[in-house]
Amino acid sequence: MKKKLNGYLLAGLIITGLLLALTILGTFWTPHSPTAQSGLKFEAPSAAHLLGTDKLGRDIFSRVLRGMGTTLSIAVATVLIGAVAGTLIGAVTGYFGGAVDDVLMRLNDAITAFPSILLALVVISILGPQSKINLVLALGLVFIPSFARVTRTAFAGLRDMNYITSARLMGASSGRILALHMLPNTLRVLLPALTIGFNNAVLAEASMSFLRITPLETSLGYMLSESQGMFASAPWYALAAGITIVLQVFGVGLIGEGLQRLNGGDA
Amino acid sequence: MKYTAKRIGMLLITMVLVSLLTFVAFSLVSGDPAQTKLGVEATPEALAALRHEWGLDRPLIVRYISWLGGFFTGDLGVSYRYGSPVWSLVAPKLGLTLLMCLMSFLLIVVISIPLGVWSHRWVGGAFDWVHTAFNQLCMAVPPFFTGILLSYAFGILLRVFVPGESIDLGAHLARSLRHLFFAAVCVAIPRIAMTVRMMRATVVGEMNKAYVRTAISRGNDRHGVLWGHVLKNSLVATVTFLGQTMAEIIGGSIVVEQVFGVPGLGSFLVSSINTRDYPVVQTIVVILAFWVVLAGTLADLIDRAIDPRLRLGGTK
Repeated sequence: MKKKLNGYLLAGLIITGLLLALTILGTFWTPHSPTAQSGLKFEAPSAAHLLGTDKLGRDIFSRVLRGMGTTLSIAVATVLIGAVAGTLIGAVTGYFGGAVDDVLMRLNDAITAFPSILLALVVISILGPQSKINLVLALGLVFIPSFARVTRTAFAGLRDMNYITSARLMGASSGRILALHMLPNTLRVLLPALTIGFNNAVLAEASMSFLRITPLETSLGYMLSESQGMFASAPWYALAAGITIVLQVFGVGLIGEGLQRLNGGDA
Repeated sequence: MKYTAKRIGMLLITMVLVSLLTFVAFSLVSGDPAQTKLGVEATPEALAALRHEWGLDRPLIVRYISWLGGFFTGDLGVSYRYGSPVWSLVAPKLGLTLLMCLMSFLLIVVISIPLGVWSHRWVGGAFDWVHTAFNQLCMAVPPFFTGILLSYAFGILLRVFVPGESIDLGAHLARSLRHLFFAAVCVAIPRIAMTVRMMRATVVGEMNKAYVRTAISRGNDRHGVLWGHVLKNSLVATVTFLGQTMAEIIGGSIVVEQVFGVPGLGSFLVSSINTRDYPVVQTIVVILAFWVVLAGTLADLIDRAIDPRLRLGGTK
Protein backbone atom coordinates (compact mmCIF):
# COMPACT_ATOMS: atom_id res chain seq x y z
CA MET A 1 0.00 0.00 0.00
CA LYS A 2 1.56 3.22 -1.11
CA LYS A 3 1.28 5.85 1.58
CA LYS A 4 0.37 9.03 -0.14
CA LEU A 5 -1.95 11.85 0.61
CA ASN A 6 -5.26 11.13 -1.07
CA GLY A 7 -7.88 13.61 -2.19
CA TYR A 8 -10.22 12.97 0.72
CA LEU A 9 -7.50 13.48 3.28
CA LEU A 10 -6.33 16.65 1.55
CA ALA A 11 -9.83 18.13 1.20
CA GLY A 12 -10.65 17.20 4.78
CA LEU A 13 -7.44 18.74 6.09
CA ILE A 14 -8.06 21.95 4.14
CA ILE A 15 -11.64 22.36 5.40
CA THR A 16 -10.72 21.44 8.96
CA GLY A 17 -7.61 23.62 8.85
CA LEU A 18 -9.56 26.67 7.68
CA LEU A 19 -12.23 26.15 10.32
CA LEU A 20 -9.57 25.64 12.96
CA ALA A 21 -7.86 28.90 11.96
CA LEU A 22 -11.23 30.70 12.24
CA THR A 23 -11.89 29.04 15.58
CA ILE A 24 -8.54 30.16 16.98
CA LEU A 25 -9.17 33.65 15.62
CA GLY A 26 -12.61 33.64 17.25
CA THR A 27 -11.20 32.77 20.65
CA PHE A 28 -9.10 35.92 20.68
CA TRP A 29 -10.84 38.34 18.40
CA THR A 30 -14.30 38.78 16.94
CA PRO A 31 -15.42 41.74 14.79
CA HIS A 32 -18.16 42.55 17.28
CA SER A 33 -19.03 41.26 20.70
CA PRO A 34 -20.69 37.85 20.34
CA THR A 35 -23.02 38.53 23.26
CA ALA A 36 -23.77 42.26 23.12
CA GLN A 37 -25.98 44.17 20.70
CA SER A 38 -24.09 45.73 17.83
CA GLY A 39 -26.76 46.58 15.28
CA LEU A 40 -30.48 46.53 14.58
CA LYS A 41 -32.31 43.26 14.83
CA PHE A 42 -32.41 40.94 11.82
CA GLU A 43 -30.04 42.99 9.67
CA ALA A 44 -29.26 41.20 6.43
CA PRO A 45 -25.62 40.29 5.73
CA SER A 46 -23.55 43.37 4.90
CA ALA A 47 -19.97 44.60 5.09
CA ALA A 48 -20.43 45.56 8.73
CA HIS A 49 -22.16 42.31 9.65
CA LEU A 50 -20.86 39.60 7.35
CA LEU A 51 -23.58 37.13 8.31
CA GLY A 52 -26.21 39.61 9.46
CA THR A 53 -27.61 40.06 12.96
CA ASP A 54 -30.00 38.04 15.12
CA LYS A 55 -33.20 38.94 16.94
CA LEU A 56 -31.25 40.84 19.60
CA GLY A 57 -29.08 42.68 17.07
CA ARG A 58 -26.01 40.60 17.85
CA ASP A 59 -23.47 40.00 15.08
CA ILE A 60 -23.97 36.45 13.80
CA PHE A 61 -20.48 36.14 12.32
CA SER A 62 -18.98 36.87 15.73
CA ARG A 63 -21.36 34.42 17.36
CA VAL A 64 -20.46 31.70 14.89
CA LEU A 65 -16.73 32.31 15.43
CA ARG A 66 -17.13 32.04 19.19
CA GLY A 67 -19.60 29.17 18.88
CA MET A 68 -17.14 27.09 16.88
CA GLY A 69 -14.72 27.37 19.80
CA THR A 70 -17.40 26.21 22.25
CA THR A 71 -18.32 23.25 20.09
CA LEU A 72 -14.70 22.34 19.38
CA SER A 73 -13.58 22.48 23.01
CA ILE A 74 -16.54 20.37 24.16
CA ALA A 75 -16.09 17.84 21.36
CA VAL A 76 -12.34 17.49 21.95
CA ALA A 77 -12.78 17.09 25.71
CA THR A 78 -15.55 14.56 25.15
CA VAL A 79 -13.55 12.47 22.70
CA LEU A 80 -10.51 12.59 24.99
CA ILE A 81 -12.52 11.21 27.91
CA GLY A 82 -14.14 8.58 25.72
CA ALA A 83 -10.95 7.57 23.92
CA VAL A 84 -8.63 7.42 26.94
CA ALA A 85 -11.05 5.56 29.21
CA GLY A 86 -12.35 3.42 26.35
CA THR A 87 -8.86 2.45 25.16
CA LEU A 88 -7.81 1.55 28.71
CA ILE A 89 -10.87 -0.65 29.18
CA GLY A 90 -10.56 -2.13 25.70
CA ALA A 91 -6.83 -2.85 26.14
CA VAL A 92 -7.27 -4.58 29.48
CA THR A 93 -10.34 -6.61 28.47
CA GLY A 94 -8.95 -7.48 25.05
CA TYR A 95 -5.51 -8.51 26.31
CA PHE A 96 -6.42 -10.36 29.48
CA GLY A 97 -9.89 -11.67 28.60
CA GLY A 98 -11.52 -13.74 31.32
CA ALA A 99 -14.13 -12.74 33.87
CA VAL A 100 -13.32 -9.01 33.81
CA ASP A 101 -13.85 -9.08 30.08
CA ASP A 102 -17.22 -10.85 30.40
CA VAL A 103 -18.55 -8.53 33.08
CA LEU A 104 -17.39 -5.32 31.43
CA MET A 105 -18.68 -6.35 28.02
CA ARG A 106 -22.13 -7.28 29.40
CA LEU A 107 -22.25 -3.89 31.10
CA ASN A 108 -21.17 -2.39 27.79
CA ASP A 109 -24.11 -4.12 26.08
CA ALA A 110 -26.55 -2.77 28.63
CA ILE A 111 -25.20 0.77 28.19
CA THR A 112 -25.32 0.65 24.40
CA ALA A 113 -29.04 -0.18 24.72
CA PHE A 114 -29.52 3.53 25.37
CA PRO A 115 -29.39 5.74 22.28
CA SER A 116 -26.44 8.09 22.83
CA ILE A 117 -28.49 11.27 23.08
CA LEU A 118 -30.84 9.58 25.52
CA LEU A 119 -27.90 8.40 27.64
CA ALA A 120 -26.38 11.86 27.63
CA LEU A 121 -29.74 13.31 28.71
CA VAL A 122 -30.02 10.75 31.51
CA VAL A 123 -26.48 11.31 32.75
CA ILE A 124 -26.81 15.05 32.70
CA SER A 125 -30.09 14.96 34.56
CA ILE A 126 -28.42 12.72 37.15
CA LEU A 127 -25.31 14.90 37.46
CA GLY A 128 -27.62 17.76 38.29
CA PRO A 129 -26.83 21.45 37.85
CA GLN A 130 -26.50 21.69 34.12
CA SER A 131 -23.11 23.19 33.39
CA LYS A 132 -20.48 22.93 30.69
CA ILE A 133 -18.38 20.56 32.81
CA ASN A 134 -21.32 18.24 33.38
CA LEU A 135 -22.15 18.26 29.69
CA VAL A 136 -18.59 17.21 28.89
CA LEU A 137 -18.70 14.49 31.55
CA ALA A 138 -22.05 13.21 30.33
CA LEU A 139 -21.02 13.12 26.69
CA GLY A 140 -17.59 11.66 27.54
CA LEU A 141 -19.23 8.84 29.46
CA VAL A 142 -21.50 8.15 26.51
CA PHE A 143 -18.52 7.69 24.22
CA ILE A 144 -16.59 5.23 26.40
CA PRO A 145 -18.43 2.03 25.34
CA SER A 146 -17.90 2.45 21.60
CA PHE A 147 -14.18 3.14 22.02
CA ALA A 148 -13.88 0.23 24.43
CA ARG A 149 -15.48 -2.09 21.90
CA VAL A 150 -13.30 -1.01 18.97
CA THR A 151 -10.04 -1.19 20.91
CA ARG A 152 -10.99 -4.46 22.60
CA THR A 153 -11.36 -6.13 19.21
CA ALA A 154 -8.03 -4.71 18.03
CA PHE A 155 -6.15 -5.76 21.16
CA ALA A 156 -7.73 -9.22 21.20
CA GLY A 157 -6.66 -9.69 17.57
CA LEU A 158 -3.05 -8.83 18.39
CA ARG A 159 -2.85 -10.85 21.58
CA ASP A 160 -1.70 -14.09 19.98
CA MET A 161 0.61 -12.61 17.37
CA ASN A 162 4.12 -14.03 17.42
CA TYR A 163 5.85 -10.77 18.20
CA ILE A 164 3.67 -10.31 21.26
CA THR A 165 4.36 -13.84 22.45
CA SER A 166 8.10 -13.35 21.98
CA ALA A 167 7.98 -10.03 23.83
CA ARG A 168 6.23 -11.83 26.66
CA LEU A 169 8.83 -14.61 26.63
CA MET A 170 11.59 -12.06 26.81
CA GLY A 171 10.05 -10.93 30.07
CA ALA A 172 8.39 -7.70 28.99
CA SER A 173 5.75 -6.56 31.47
CA SER A 174 2.09 -6.48 30.45
CA GLY A 175 2.05 -2.72 30.70
CA ARG A 176 5.05 -2.44 28.39
CA ILE A 177 3.55 -4.84 25.87
CA LEU A 178 0.22 -3.02 25.87
CA ALA A 179 1.64 0.47 25.62
CA LEU A 180 4.71 0.02 23.42
CA HIS A 181 3.99 -3.01 21.28
CA MET A 182 0.25 -3.19 20.87
CA LEU A 183 -1.00 0.39 21.08
CA PRO A 184 0.95 1.63 18.02
CA ASN A 185 -0.49 -1.24 16.03
CA THR A 186 -4.05 -0.41 17.01
CA LEU A 187 -3.72 3.17 15.74
CA ARG A 188 -4.89 1.91 12.38
CA VAL A 189 -8.37 1.36 13.78
CA LEU A 190 -8.11 3.92 16.55
CA LEU A 191 -7.53 6.95 14.30
CA PRO A 192 -10.65 6.47 12.12
CA ALA A 193 -12.58 5.71 15.33
CA LEU A 194 -11.34 9.03 16.70
CA THR A 195 -12.63 10.95 13.68
CA ILE A 196 -16.02 9.22 13.90
CA GLY A 197 -16.08 9.85 17.65
CA PHE A 198 -15.26 13.51 17.14
CA ASN A 199 -18.08 13.91 14.65
CA ASN A 200 -20.55 12.16 16.90
CA ALA A 201 -19.41 14.42 19.72
CA VAL A 202 -19.95 17.57 17.64
CA LEU A 203 -23.42 16.40 16.63
CA ALA A 204 -24.26 15.31 20.19
CA GLU A 205 -23.14 18.66 21.62
CA ALA A 206 -25.15 20.47 18.98
CA SER A 207 -28.21 18.34 19.81
CA MET A 208 -27.86 18.94 23.53
CA SER A 209 -27.59 22.69 23.14
CA PHE A 210 -30.35 22.63 20.54
CA LEU A 211 -32.57 21.02 23.18
CA ARG A 212 -31.37 23.75 25.56
CA ILE A 213 -30.37 21.23 28.16
CA THR A 214 -27.26 23.21 28.96
CA PRO A 215 -27.19 26.98 29.02
CA LEU A 216 -24.43 27.53 26.48
CA GLU A 217 -25.25 30.94 25.07
CA THR A 218 -22.67 30.80 22.29
CA SER A 219 -23.01 27.34 20.87
CA LEU A 220 -23.91 26.50 17.30
CA GLY A 221 -26.71 24.17 18.40
CA TYR A 222 -28.18 26.83 20.67
CA MET A 223 -28.05 29.36 17.84
CA LEU A 224 -29.93 26.96 15.60
CA SER A 225 -32.63 26.53 18.22
CA GLU A 226 -32.89 30.33 18.51
CA SER A 227 -33.20 30.66 14.76
CA GLN A 228 -36.04 28.17 14.58
CA GLY A 229 -39.21 29.65 13.17
CA MET A 230 -37.38 32.71 11.86
CA PHE A 231 -36.19 31.15 8.67
CA ALA A 232 -38.60 33.16 6.55
CA SER A 233 -37.49 36.51 7.99
CA ALA A 234 -33.81 35.81 8.70
CA PRO A 235 -32.62 32.74 6.82
CA TRP A 236 -28.96 33.73 7.28
CA TYR A 237 -29.16 32.98 11.00
CA ALA A 238 -30.07 29.30 10.68
CA LEU A 239 -27.90 28.85 7.60
CA ALA A 240 -24.79 30.35 9.22
CA ALA A 241 -24.99 28.12 12.28
CA GLY A 242 -26.18 25.03 10.44
CA ILE A 243 -23.67 25.14 7.62
CA THR A 244 -20.84 25.68 10.11
CA ILE A 245 -21.81 22.49 11.95
CA VAL A 246 -22.09 20.61 8.66
CA LEU A 247 -18.64 21.81 7.55
CA GLN A 248 -17.05 20.89 10.88
CA VAL A 249 -18.38 17.36 10.67
CA PHE A 250 -17.86 17.04 6.91
CA GLY A 251 -14.19 18.06 7.11
CA VAL A 252 -13.33 15.57 9.82
CA GLY A 253 -15.45 12.93 8.08
CA LEU A 254 -13.33 13.34 4.95
CA ILE A 255 -10.16 13.02 7.02
CA GLY A 256 -11.52 9.77 8.42
CA GLU A 257 -12.41 8.53 4.95
CA GLY A 258 -8.93 9.43 3.73
CA LEU A 259 -7.25 7.69 6.66
CA GLN A 260 -9.25 4.55 6.03
CA ARG A 261 -8.28 4.49 2.38
CA LEU A 262 -4.61 5.04 3.28
CA ASN A 263 -4.88 1.92 5.37
CA GLY A 264 -6.40 0.04 2.47
CA GLY A 265 -9.60 -0.48 4.39
CA ASP A 266 -13.02 0.11 2.89
CA ALA A 267 -12.64 0.21 -0.89
CA MET B 1 -35.68 -23.03 18.67
CA LYS B 2 -33.19 -23.56 21.46
CA TYR B 3 -31.33 -20.53 20.21
CA THR B 4 -34.49 -18.46 20.09
CA ALA B 5 -35.22 -19.33 23.71
CA LYS B 6 -31.65 -18.47 24.71
CA ARG B 7 -31.77 -15.19 22.81
CA ILE B 8 -35.05 -14.24 24.46
CA GLY B 9 -33.53 -15.13 27.83
CA MET B 10 -30.62 -12.78 27.10
CA LEU B 11 -33.09 -10.12 26.04
CA LEU B 12 -34.94 -10.39 29.35
CA ILE B 13 -31.69 -10.19 31.33
CA THR B 14 -30.61 -7.06 29.43
CA MET B 15 -34.02 -5.52 30.00
CA VAL B 16 -33.84 -6.17 33.74
CA LEU B 17 -30.30 -4.75 33.83
CA VAL B 18 -31.28 -1.68 31.86
CA SER B 19 -34.35 -0.96 33.96
CA LEU B 20 -32.51 -1.63 37.23
CA LEU B 21 -29.69 0.77 36.28
CA THR B 22 -32.20 3.44 35.35
CA PHE B 23 -34.37 2.95 38.42
CA VAL B 24 -31.50 3.01 40.91
CA ALA B 25 -29.89 6.01 39.23
CA PHE B 26 -33.08 8.05 39.36
CA SER B 27 -33.91 6.95 42.90
CA LEU B 28 -30.53 8.26 43.98
CA VAL B 29 -30.94 11.66 42.32
CA SER B 30 -34.56 12.31 43.11
CA GLY B 31 -33.81 12.77 46.84
CA ASP B 32 -37.10 13.16 48.66
CA PRO B 33 -39.77 14.00 46.09
CA ALA B 34 -42.40 14.43 48.82
CA GLN B 35 -40.34 17.20 50.40
CA THR B 36 -39.82 18.82 47.01
CA LYS B 37 -43.52 18.72 46.24
CA LEU B 38 -44.73 20.02 49.61
CA GLY B 39 -41.89 22.42 50.38
CA VAL B 40 -39.81 22.91 53.52
CA GLU B 41 -42.70 23.99 55.71
CA ALA B 42 -44.71 20.81 55.30
CA THR B 43 -45.76 19.00 58.46
CA PRO B 44 -44.17 15.58 59.10
CA GLU B 45 -47.65 14.03 58.91
CA ALA B 46 -48.34 15.43 55.46
CA LEU B 47 -44.92 14.29 54.26
CA ALA B 48 -45.45 10.78 55.60
CA ALA B 49 -48.88 10.63 54.00
CA LEU B 50 -47.56 11.68 50.58
CA ARG B 51 -44.61 9.31 50.82
CA HIS B 52 -47.04 6.54 51.62
CA GLU B 53 -49.30 7.55 48.75
CA TRP B 54 -46.35 7.47 46.32
CA GLY B 55 -45.03 4.26 47.86
CA LEU B 56 -41.76 5.90 48.87
CA ASP B 57 -41.81 4.35 52.35
CA ARG B 58 -41.05 0.90 50.93
CA PRO B 59 -37.53 -0.49 50.41
CA LEU B 60 -35.82 0.27 47.09
CA ILE B 61 -35.94 -3.27 45.76
CA VAL B 62 -39.68 -3.62 46.46
CA ARG B 63 -40.29 -0.34 44.68
CA TYR B 64 -38.23 -1.50 41.74
CA ILE B 65 -40.13 -4.77 41.37
CA SER B 66 -43.53 -3.14 41.62
CA TRP B 67 -42.42 -0.48 39.13
CA LEU B 68 -41.14 -3.10 36.69
CA GLY B 69 -44.44 -4.96 37.09
CA GLY B 70 -46.11 -1.68 36.21
CA PHE B 71 -45.04 -2.14 32.59
CA PHE B 72 -47.54 -4.99 32.48
CA THR B 73 -50.25 -3.60 34.74
CA GLY B 74 -49.97 0.00 33.62
CA ASP B 75 -49.24 1.27 37.13
CA LEU B 76 -45.95 3.15 36.73
CA GLY B 77 -46.38 5.61 39.51
CA VAL B 78 -47.56 9.20 39.55
CA SER B 79 -46.04 12.16 37.72
CA TYR B 80 -44.65 14.74 40.15
CA ARG B 81 -45.52 17.50 37.73
CA TYR B 82 -49.08 16.58 36.78
CA GLY B 83 -50.09 14.39 39.71
CA SER B 84 -51.71 11.93 37.29
CA PRO B 85 -50.61 8.36 36.51
CA VAL B 86 -47.45 8.20 34.39
CA TRP B 87 -48.86 5.62 32.03
CA SER B 88 -51.87 7.73 31.06
CA LEU B 89 -49.49 10.59 30.20
CA VAL B 90 -46.99 8.48 28.28
CA ALA B 91 -49.29 6.11 26.35
CA PRO B 92 -50.74 8.60 23.83
CA LYS B 93 -47.25 9.92 23.05
CA LEU B 94 -45.75 6.47 22.63
CA GLY B 95 -47.83 5.79 19.52
CA LEU B 96 -46.70 8.98 17.76
CA THR B 97 -43.02 8.37 18.41
CA LEU B 98 -43.37 4.72 17.42
CA LEU B 99 -45.07 5.69 14.18
CA MET B 100 -42.46 8.31 13.34
CA CYS B 101 -39.56 5.95 14.06
CA LEU B 102 -41.14 3.21 11.97
CA MET B 103 -41.64 5.61 9.06
CA SER B 104 -38.02 6.60 9.35
CA PHE B 105 -36.93 2.99 9.51
CA LEU B 106 -38.98 2.08 6.44
CA LEU B 107 -37.46 4.98 4.51
CA ILE B 108 -34.00 3.77 5.43
CA VAL B 109 -34.71 0.20 4.36
CA VAL B 110 -36.48 1.10 1.12
CA ILE B 111 -33.91 3.65 0.00
CA SER B 112 -30.60 2.37 1.28
CA ILE B 113 -30.77 -1.31 0.30
CA PRO B 114 -31.19 -0.77 -3.46
CA LEU B 115 -28.81 2.19 -3.34
CA GLY B 116 -26.26 0.18 -1.37
CA VAL B 117 -26.31 -2.72 -3.83
CA TRP B 118 -26.24 -0.44 -6.81
CA SER B 119 -23.47 1.77 -5.42
CA HIS B 120 -20.77 -0.85 -5.84
CA ARG B 121 -20.76 0.15 -9.49
CA TRP B 122 -19.28 3.47 -8.51
CA VAL B 123 -16.23 1.92 -6.91
CA GLY B 124 -13.07 2.92 -8.70
CA GLY B 125 -15.04 4.90 -11.27
CA ALA B 126 -14.34 8.48 -12.27
CA PHE B 127 -17.18 9.76 -10.12
CA ASP B 128 -16.46 7.60 -7.10
CA TRP B 129 -15.32 10.65 -5.18
CA VAL B 130 -18.59 12.50 -5.88
CA HIS B 131 -20.51 9.61 -4.43
CA THR B 132 -18.27 9.31 -1.38
CA ALA B 133 -18.20 13.03 -0.73
CA PHE B 134 -21.99 13.28 -1.02
CA ASN B 135 -22.32 10.38 1.36
CA GLN B 136 -20.05 12.08 3.90
CA LEU B 137 -22.02 15.30 3.48
CA CYS B 138 -25.32 13.56 4.23
CA MET B 139 -23.80 12.04 7.35
CA ALA B 140 -22.67 15.48 8.46
CA VAL B 141 -26.08 17.16 8.42
CA PRO B 142 -27.69 17.19 11.86
CA PRO B 143 -31.36 16.12 11.66
CA PHE B 144 -32.54 19.30 13.37
CA PHE B 145 -30.88 21.45 10.72
CA THR B 146 -32.55 19.44 7.95
CA GLY B 147 -35.72 19.90 9.98
CA ILE B 148 -35.46 23.69 9.89
CA LEU B 149 -34.75 23.64 6.14
CA LEU B 150 -37.56 21.20 5.32
CA SER B 151 -40.03 23.08 7.53
CA TYR B 152 -39.31 26.18 5.50
CA ALA B 153 -39.27 24.54 2.07
CA PHE B 154 -42.25 22.22 2.44
CA GLY B 155 -44.12 23.98 5.22
CA ILE B 156 -43.90 27.65 4.32
CA LEU B 157 -43.03 27.73 0.61
CA LEU B 158 -44.87 24.68 -0.72
CA ARG B 159 -47.46 24.39 2.07
CA VAL B 160 -47.44 20.61 2.10
CA PHE B 161 -47.86 20.70 5.86
CA VAL B 162 -48.39 23.36 8.49
CA PRO B 163 -45.34 23.79 10.73
CA GLY B 164 -46.27 24.05 14.38
CA GLU B 165 -49.74 22.66 13.82
CA SER B 166 -50.78 20.25 16.54
CA ILE B 167 -50.54 16.66 15.45
CA ASP B 168 -53.65 14.61 16.10
CA LEU B 169 -53.94 11.34 14.25
CA GLY B 170 -57.60 10.98 15.21
CA ALA B 171 -58.75 14.42 14.07
CA HIS B 172 -56.87 14.89 10.81
CA LEU B 173 -55.00 11.77 9.86
CA ALA B 174 -53.62 12.71 6.44
CA ARG B 175 -52.25 16.08 7.55
CA SER B 176 -50.67 14.61 10.64
CA LEU B 177 -49.07 11.82 8.64
CA ARG B 178 -47.57 14.32 6.18
CA HIS B 179 -46.19 16.27 9.11
CA LEU B 180 -44.68 13.15 10.66
CA PHE B 181 -43.30 12.07 7.30
CA PHE B 182 -41.05 15.13 7.03
CA ALA B 183 -39.83 14.61 10.57
CA ALA B 184 -39.05 11.00 9.66
CA VAL B 185 -37.12 12.11 6.56
CA CYS B 186 -34.85 14.32 8.68
CA VAL B 187 -33.99 11.46 10.99
CA ALA B 188 -33.50 9.08 8.07
CA ILE B 189 -31.07 11.07 5.87
CA PRO B 190 -27.83 10.58 7.82
CA ARG B 191 -28.78 6.97 8.57
CA ILE B 192 -29.42 6.24 4.90
CA ALA B 193 -25.96 7.56 4.10
CA MET B 194 -24.41 5.33 6.76
CA THR B 195 -26.32 2.24 5.66
CA VAL B 196 -25.38 2.78 2.00
CA ARG B 197 -21.74 3.20 2.97
CA MET B 198 -21.78 0.05 5.05
CA MET B 199 -23.62 -1.96 2.40
CA ARG B 200 -21.29 -0.78 -0.30
CA ALA B 201 -18.29 -2.12 1.59
CA THR B 202 -20.07 -5.44 2.18
CA VAL B 203 -21.21 -5.82 -1.43
CA VAL B 204 -17.75 -4.98 -2.77
CA GLY B 205 -16.30 -7.58 -0.43
CA GLU B 206 -18.77 -10.20 -1.66
CA MET B 207 -18.23 -9.33 -5.31
CA ASN B 208 -14.56 -10.25 -4.97
CA LYS B 209 -15.37 -13.74 -3.76
CA ALA B 210 -14.85 -16.86 -5.82
CA TYR B 211 -18.51 -17.82 -6.03
CA VAL B 212 -19.36 -14.61 -7.84
CA ARG B 213 -16.60 -15.15 -10.37
CA THR B 214 -17.79 -18.73 -10.88
CA ALA B 215 -21.40 -17.70 -11.27
CA ILE B 216 -20.52 -15.05 -13.83
CA SER B 217 -18.08 -17.26 -15.74
CA ARG B 218 -20.79 -19.88 -16.04
CA GLY B 219 -22.76 -17.38 -18.01
CA ASN B 220 -25.10 -16.01 -15.35
CA ASP B 221 -26.22 -12.52 -15.95
CA ARG B 222 -24.42 -9.98 -13.74
CA HIS B 223 -27.63 -8.43 -12.57
CA GLY B 224 -29.01 -11.77 -11.49
CA VAL B 225 -25.86 -12.61 -9.57
CA LEU B 226 -25.85 -9.21 -7.89
CA TRP B 227 -29.49 -9.19 -6.80
CA GLY B 228 -29.80 -12.94 -6.22
CA HIS B 229 -26.56 -14.15 -4.68
CA VAL B 230 -24.65 -11.12 -3.54
CA LEU B 231 -27.59 -9.32 -1.95
CA LYS B 232 -28.56 -12.44 -0.07
CA ASN B 233 -25.05 -12.87 1.27
CA SER B 234 -24.82 -9.21 2.27
CA LEU B 235 -28.13 -9.26 4.09
CA VAL B 236 -26.89 -10.62 7.41
CA ALA B 237 -24.48 -7.74 7.94
CA THR B 238 -27.16 -5.32 6.78
CA VAL B 239 -29.86 -6.63 9.09
CA THR B 240 -27.50 -6.43 12.06
CA PHE B 241 -26.61 -2.88 11.09
CA LEU B 242 -30.26 -1.90 10.68
CA GLY B 243 -31.00 -3.35 14.12
CA GLN B 244 -28.39 -1.04 15.60
CA THR B 245 -29.76 1.84 13.56
CA MET B 246 -32.96 1.69 15.60
CA ALA B 247 -31.08 3.20 18.56
CA GLU B 248 -29.92 6.12 16.43
CA ILE B 249 -33.36 6.66 14.96
CA ILE B 250 -34.80 6.99 18.43
CA GLY B 251 -31.98 9.30 19.45
CA GLY B 252 -32.59 11.43 16.37
CA SER B 253 -36.33 11.50 16.92
CA ILE B 254 -35.88 13.01 20.39
CA VAL B 255 -34.34 16.08 18.82
CA VAL B 256 -36.43 16.24 15.65
CA GLU B 257 -39.68 16.14 17.62
CA GLN B 258 -38.69 19.54 19.00
CA VAL B 259 -38.26 21.01 15.53
CA PHE B 260 -41.55 19.75 14.17
CA GLY B 261 -43.49 20.19 17.39
CA VAL B 262 -44.41 16.51 17.49
CA PRO B 263 -45.94 15.85 20.92
CA GLY B 264 -44.14 12.51 21.24
CA LEU B 265 -41.98 10.84 23.86
CA GLY B 266 -38.90 12.91 22.96
CA SER B 267 -40.48 16.30 23.63
CA PHE B 268 -42.11 14.96 26.77
CA LEU B 269 -38.79 13.54 27.94
CA VAL B 270 -36.99 16.85 27.51
CA SER B 271 -39.67 18.85 29.30
CA SER B 272 -39.79 16.25 32.09
CA ILE B 273 -36.03 16.44 32.54
CA ASN B 274 -36.25 20.20 32.80
CA THR B 275 -38.93 19.95 35.51
CA ARG B 276 -37.23 17.00 37.27
CA ASP B 277 -40.29 14.83 36.87
CA TYR B 278 -38.32 11.64 37.52
CA PRO B 279 -41.13 9.05 37.41
CA VAL B 280 -41.92 10.16 33.87
CA VAL B 281 -38.25 10.41 32.85
CA GLN B 282 -37.35 6.91 34.04
CA THR B 283 -40.39 5.39 32.37
CA ILE B 284 -39.66 7.00 29.00
CA VAL B 285 -35.96 6.13 29.23
CA VAL B 286 -36.73 2.49 29.91
CA ILE B 287 -39.38 2.27 27.18
CA LEU B 288 -36.91 3.64 24.61
CA ALA B 289 -34.11 1.36 25.80
CA PHE B 290 -36.41 -1.70 25.71
CA TRP B 291 -37.26 -0.80 22.18
CA VAL B 292 -33.59 -0.70 21.16
CA VAL B 293 -32.84 -4.04 22.81
CA LEU B 294 -35.89 -5.56 21.18
CA ALA B 295 -34.78 -4.35 17.75
CA GLY B 296 -31.33 -5.89 18.30
CA THR B 297 -32.83 -9.23 19.29
CA LEU B 298 -35.19 -9.20 16.34
CA ALA B 299 -32.27 -8.49 14.00
CA ASP B 300 -30.36 -11.45 15.44
CA LEU B 301 -33.33 -13.77 14.98
CA ILE B 302 -33.88 -12.58 11.40
CA ASP B 303 -30.18 -13.14 10.69
CA ARG B 304 -30.53 -16.75 11.74
CA ALA B 305 -33.57 -17.20 9.56
CA ILE B 306 -31.66 -15.80 6.57
CA ASP B 307 -28.33 -17.56 7.05
CA PRO B 308 -28.38 -21.32 7.69
CA ARG B 309 -24.72 -21.24 8.72
CA LEU B 310 -25.70 -19.35 11.85
CA ARG B 311 -28.38 -21.93 12.61
CA LEU B 312 -25.93 -24.81 12.36
CA GLY B 313 -24.13 -23.68 15.47
CA GLY B 314 -21.76 -21.42 13.58
CA THR B 315 -20.15 -18.45 15.20
CA LYS B 316 -22.40 -15.86 16.66
